[in-house]
Amino acid sequence: MNDIDAIGALQDPVRRRLYEYVAAQGREVGRNEAAEATGVARTLAAHHLDRLAEAGLLDTGSRRLTGRSGPGAGRPAKVYTRARAERVVSLPARDYRTAAELLAEAAEQAGLDAGLCAAARRRGEALRGSAAPCGDLGEAMEILAARGYEPRLEEGAGAVAGAVRMRNCPFHAVAERFPPLVCGMNLALLEGLLGADGPVRARMDARPGECCVVLEASGEASKNNGD
Amino acid sequence: MTASVDAAHLAQLNVATLRFPLSDPRMAPFVEMLDTVNAAADDAPGFVWRLVEEGAADATALRPAGEDVIVNLTVWETQDALWGFTYRSEHLDVLRQRRSWFERHVEAHLVLWWVPAGHLPTTGEALERLADLRTNGPSARAFTFASSYSAEEAALVPSAATRTRPVPHTRPAPAGHG
Repeated sequence: MNDIDAIGALQDPVRRRLYEYVAAQGREVGRNEAAEATGVARTLAAHHLDRLAEAGLLDTGSRRLTGRSGPGAGRPAKVYTRARAERVVSLPARDYRTAAELLAEAAEQAGLDAGLCAAARRRGEALRGSAAPCGDLGEAMEILAARGYEPRLEEGAGAVAGAVRMRNCPFHAVAERFPPLVCGMNLALLEGLLGADGPVRARMDARPGECCVVLEASGEASKNNGD
Repeated sequence: MTASVDAAHLAQLNVATLRFPLSDPRMAPFVEMLDTVNAAADDAPGFVWRLVEEGAADATALRPAGEDVIVNLTVWETQDALWGFTYRSEHLDVLRQRRSWFERHVEAHLVLWWVPAGHLPTTGEALERLADLRTNGPSARAFTFASSYSAEEAALVPSAATRTRPVPHTRPAPAGHG
């Protein structure tokens, strides 16, 4: 299915709610759970989830959700996750991806990391405008969600304070190709956006499958970092 | 796990020319990160071995490629394991700041090659692979993330099928970090 048809599949409001719910979980979601979360009947949810899978927006698998196995465990349940493929529609046609890859390749070869980070920090500051530095992790989550980072709060435990991590990298394709350059740019952008000297501190803490940046309350950052 | 995973491991050499001596205050942030990053490597999935100077915690005092060139020589179970550590661990924060500490290399500064599982490469052997890459470009003998070859192509494991082209990797390969 081409991109415009795939995106068109989201026009149905129930389907869109289901897609957004599955995408926000960052894990496999069963039909019952999706139906309950979006307030529709299970059969309707199943129908729309399968339409989303046909459109290539969700991937499917099967799992024994109860954790049981062997006789009596029942049939494996169908589960859904957001598909990794990117869908883009631009009218008129634009190709910023190729431009970004070429610029990144040239910047990498020329060693322009510092200049790129300075530009990213300025852009972050310009996006913040006259607003004060981000006040707390809750506010940071709103700012990040608006920019597509899909933030989630990681609860603290014991001496470890809570932190905000991000499921989505808005620069994924170029970040995979030029990680130090583009991830450094992303960190500088977020530092500018949130304010470098405020109560929330961004630092690089790369993990598989997530954005490379973590946000912490400034007072706690050194505690976590100093072990 | 397939037989090929067990039969061959991926060796990696990275050379970095220091902008300042390691004792220089401008290198202190790098030196302070060494233990953390080396511990992350040791604990990383698929890590097999890294070169360490006898009696030291790392290999930064070994200078087989020049007085101001530090070397990082490691062995991994798979290329994905090495990629994951290089770009999705504490190590990325070192790479982010590479321009502050290391000269930009015009020539290749990182080389990958397959070794029989259990073989620990010497620095001499590793520098030969780097020279091979610099002289001849990527091949099954010496390659990079962006131009990778399988262990089968390096003739280190029996070929499952007659393969004439590199196995495509699902992830676009990063184009170096020097």
